[in-house]
Amino acid sequence: MKVTLPLTREVLESVQIGDVLELTGDIYTARDAAHARLYEAICKGEKLPLDLKGKIIFYCGPCPAGPGRVIGPLGPTTSARMDPYMEAMFQQGMVAAIGKGDRAPYVAELCKKYKGLYLLGVGGAAALCANAVKEVEEIAYPDLGTESIKRYYVEDFKVIVGIDTQGRTIQEENIPKYRKR
Amino acid sequence: MRRIDTSAVIPVIRQLCIEACQQLSSNVTDALRDARAREESPLCQEILAMLLENAAFASENHLACCQDTGMTVVLLEIGQEVCWEGMPLYDAVNEGVRQGYRDGYLRKSVVDDPLLRKNTGDNTPAMIHVDIVPGDKVTITILPKGAGSENMSALYMLTPADGVQGVKKAVLEAVERAGGKPCPPIVVGIGLGGTMDKAAFLSKKALLREIGARNPKPHLAALEQELLEEINKTGIGALGMGGTVTALDVHIEAFSTHIACLPLAINLQCHAYRHACATI
Repeated sequence: MKVTLPLTREVLESVQIGDVLELTGDIYTARDAAHARLYEAICKGEKLPLDLKGKIIFYCGPCPAGPGRVIGPLGPTTSARMDPYMEAMFQQGMVAAIGKGDRAPYVAELCKKYKGLYLLGVGGAAALCANAVKEVEEIAYPDLGTESIKRYYVEDFKVIVGIDTQGRTIQEENIPKYRKR
Repeated sequence: MRRIDTSAVIPVIRQLCIEACQQLSSNVTDALRDARAREESPLCQEILAMLLENAAFASENHLACCQDTGMTVVLLEIGQEVCWEGMPLYDAVNEGVRQGYRDGYLRKSVVDDPLLRKNTGDNTPAMIHVDIVPGDKVTITILPKGAGSENMSALYMLTPADGVQGVKKAVLEAVERAGGKPCPPIVVGIGLGGTMDKAAFLSKKALLREIGARNPKPHLAALEQELLEEINKTGIGALGMGGTVTALDVHIEAFSTHIACLPLAINLQCHAYRHACATI
């Protein structure tokens, strides 16, 4: 399903786990160190370097761009490390996060409560993934190197719905189907 | 006695870092192809196909196949007849890593202090292991180790009474707890015996063996096979999406241990089963 960003309420609440979305528009990278800084700023009541309202956050730290490329290989990192920040990010207006791997059970509850999504990228398909990124702009924390906050303009960036707004989780429903022990 | 200037390792390590990160071996792509053929979940089949396409694209375009180009684990097997000259050997190793990560456009993923966490900017220091072996050659192996899988590793100080059943239980527990986080299909490196540190090192070394190769000791080879089958019954599947191929292989490296000990280290490796090796 092709989706133009920003995500509308209608799309957010109609997609279900396992749906494959091809995103076109702006997404914003933030992983461990950027989350720690954003969270500190939120706790102190400071102004954030970007308005999170309606934004999709991509847990990603790319490789540097080689000659003739806008960005190097990139892909989702393990989302569970960002679990402790998830509620604060939703409260600031984030509507979805892109990462990889299963998360703490409370994240599904948060997706339900704040009507947000957890989207899964394909971990380790980094060279292909970079092809979907057409434009890159550094937004904040340049001293963090690969962990700085960047805006990516992506075209047909493929993600799979991992947790939907009903709080259903793809792993919880799919793994038992293939379990044989 | 063979005299070698330590600077000779710099270009070799530079090249091995780039090669390991950009080029998955045919041993790995064959294993992924075989996994796709055996996989029952259509979604996981699609993911495995995408990983194969990614490996080919990365290799053709000289790109890292995964953005997590890891901490650089360097194993040096140094012949005892080698006499080093020049700059300190570890400095030369780190210079090779520095050049490889710069010139290969690989990600710099190392922070200087585990609590202060400032990026060193050049992916050094490397994790260097040295082994002294007979002869006058130096064999250098590079293993770029990503953190998604490294974080899911585990250490169990089992007791002799736990025995092989305890080992099986712990390995399955570690794999199930890891779920999709270490980017399955994984290779499970197991270090068994020795002391705590020896077991941990063996579990890392187990990740250098070719997929499909068994431990020469029959009881360990049988245990590898049994664990592989059990892990593939967990239903975790590629990237934890639910499927029938969770591991590509299980490798056990064992060593003698204390009468009171049964150390078990489990080092997980993602599907980007990367390493490269050269002899000088």
